Amino acid sequence: MAGAADRIPVAKTYKIYIDGKFPRTESGRYFALEDKKGRVLANVCRSSRKDFRNAVVAARKAQPGWAKASAYLRGQILYRIAEMLEGRREQFIAELKLQGSPARQAEKETDAAIDRLIYFAGWADKYQQVFSAVNPVSSSHFNFSVLEPTGVVALLAPDEPGLLGLVANLAPAIAGGNTVVLLASEAKPLSAVSFAEVLHASDVPPGVVNILTGYRNELTSHFASHMDVNAIVACEGGRKARREIQTLAAENVKRVVFRRGTDWTTADAANPYLIRDTQEVKTTWHPIGV
Amino acid sequence: MARPENTLAFDGGWEYDPAPEATDHVHIAARYGLFIDGEFVRPATGRYFDTINPATEERLARIARAGTEDVDKAVAAARKAYSGVWGRMKPAERGKYIFRIARMIQERAREFAAVESLDGGKPIRESRDVDVPLAAAHFFYYAGWADKLGYAFPGRSVKPLGVAGQVIPWNFPLLMAAWKLAPALACGNTVVLKPAETTPLTALKLAEVIADAGLPPGVVNIVTGAGDTGAAIVEHPGVNKIAFTGSTEVGKIIQRALAGTNKSYTLELGGKAANIVFADAAIDQAVEGIVNGIFFNQGHVCCAGSRLFVQESVADEVVAKLKDRMETLIVGDPLDKNTDIGAINSKMQLDKIEEYLKVGQAEGGTLHQAGGRVPKKGYWCRPAFFTGVSQSNRVVQEEIFGPVLAIQTFRTFDEALEKANNTPYGLSGGVWTDKGAKIFRMTQGVRAGVVWANTFNKFDPTSPFGGYKESGLGREGGLHGLDAYLKPGA
Repeated sequence: MAGAADRIPVAKTYKIYIDGKFPRTESGRYFALEDKKGRVLANVCRSSRKDFRNAVVAARKAQPGWAKASAYLRGQILYRIAEMLEGRREQFIAELKLQGSPARQAEKETDAAIDRLIYFAGWADKYQQVFSAVNPVSSSHFNFSVLEPTGVVALLAPDEPGLLGLVANLAPAIAGGNTVVLLASEAKPLSAVSFAEVLHASDVPPGVVNILTGYRNELTSHFASHMDVNAIVACEGGRKARREIQTLAAENVKRVVFRRGTDWTTADAANPYLIRDTQEVKTTWHPIGV
Repeated sequence: MARPENTLAFDGGWEYDPAPEATDHVHIAARYGLFIDGEFVRPATGRYFDTINPATEERLARIARAGTEDVDKAVAAARKAYSGVWGRMKPAERGKYIFRIARMIQERAREFAAVESLDGGKPIRESRDVDVPLAAAHFFYYAGWADKLGYAFPGRSVKPLGVAGQVIPWNFPLLMAAWKLAPALACGNTVVLKPAETTPLTALKLAEVIADAGLPPGVVNIVTGAGDTGAAIVEHPGVNKIAFTGSTEVGKIIQRALAGTNKSYTLELGGKAANIVFADAAIDQAVEGIVNGIFFNQGHVCCAGSRLFVQESVADEVVAKLKDRMETLIVGDPLDKNTDIGAINSKMQLDKIEEYLKVGQAEGGTLHQAGGRVPKKGYWCRPAFFTGVSQSNRVVQEEIFGPVLAIQTFRTFDEALEKANNTPYGLSGGVWTDKGAKIFRMTQGVRAGVVWANTFNKFDPTSPFGGYKESGLGREGGLHGLDAYLKPGA
């Protein structure tokens, strides 16, 4: 009879998520994530500029299809992500604890992340009705303004909370039809990689969400300067970083959204204006008459 | 090119007697100071520059050149008015002031129209029928929002930003002032506005109206000058928000200059709009739309339909008809009610347009330019279009901001859409077809903030305007134009 100690558990290799696949970083570089006692939890990919560019290519390729998916379908897929996360709730709680979260907080955070996905799943087919308009122009035209996704969004996720912060910012961007390249929390990158597995199991088309891990100070300038990125959402960064981001973003007039200092655990931190931040307003004119 | 049968010959056989707009009701002072804290004051710089009539090259007035000290004063006045009066005023009362401005523009519409045409060179028909009435309508529209802002932001309370710095262009001087001022004021902000160097007069006339309307001093400050005055406003630490309309090049400089500050900003920048004509369009209407799209206001329009895409099967017909129609356009005295195309706004702009006419030919394009005489003095450009150009040509990619159209053809819907979107710009677009489903597929596909179907260059205060991509960010006009001047918070 074999005892428990006879079996060696299979440890997970934490990789990045690009175009629906889980490659290692092309750089071949890693950083060791340690727990409080200095034990190595995982070797985390230190993504490079090349990884980021590959991710942008995937995001761009996926964007028109995702934007064209019906709002109902996007909502169902977001709901599906929540279902998958719920199914792996214990794993995420354990992983957060491993990365240093107290038990109670890890539970609350995981539950809030699931609920936040449901919240935005519900918005997918409603924000348009709240934010669009039929405009009563004086001439004989039918004129209306609708929201359209801005395109490819580069997202610097907040460090804390590692899982909920990611979900709270990713969900509104994709609910609105954008595709995303995301840099995970530097403090808690493991949750982001595991979340990519959840996405992968949730009918999210390849390329819609791409998740990188690595050093923010190495990657921020690339996120901000890439010419095929339409918007950058930065949840971390002091004045100096904000200056760098906006200076580089101006090269192609990116939409720059700073969301520093938000407590993502509060109910106020969930609202449809987060969706609107990465939307464009398109106005269409059509004559009335023959 | 074969002329289709049964078309009229346009051989310049039509002559019109001049019908000039009177200017005896117009008062232009010899010299204008800066409008700061409710009165016209001399600039601390002691310097003035000329504003000229581009149709005659004659000086209309001397205009104060604001330096950093003047901008300091204007911002201080705006701050005082914000915290002392305007920011605290009952919103409904704020609205009444703005309604009053709208009414007074209507009363002085004839004067505004004439001054606009004198200072900027645009045809009086356009000043009279488009710029001035739309400016009044814009104030009237936003006035009514002042006490209803809560309804525009469901689930969120909003408050004004503070002092707004606004820098506007020379192509629609009064209208752009209205687009900037009306929503800013309605939302409870105070303003420092800089009109363009070549067209300051209607903004200064508007300052007179604002004073006559009794607005508290400092709520609106108008400082004239060139690029350095604009830069002083952008960089001023006392300004909470920058609203800019102008070139993409300057827009990027501004976005960079604001990096690391907490100032919010909206940018309305350049464009290179695709105007797409399908074979099943009503061709004669489409030709009128093409003409309006590119030759309206001498092509000094950021949303001008400057790239024409015609479906191959009707390309010869469209080009022939466009050529005929172009020959009938009357270029000349902006004050003449017959005039279709007025004066080019400045010598600098004329040089730039003429350079592009050369560049386009050097790149291999065929230039078609209307014949006819233009006045000896003044800045003029006869309307023109290029055929035989391709996507990579500069005249196809770059904003010319003049009466010059680049024509290309396409075969399939997808080809048209791909070509239309092959530009860093995304301000506007147009589609001409008889098929409703095709219209909406195209208007959805074009990456631009305003898309006109079977029409072009239509504007309305209720209709949001602004760009995708490098054509800028934020919207002006309509419900969505309120965002630019408010932030969350009780």
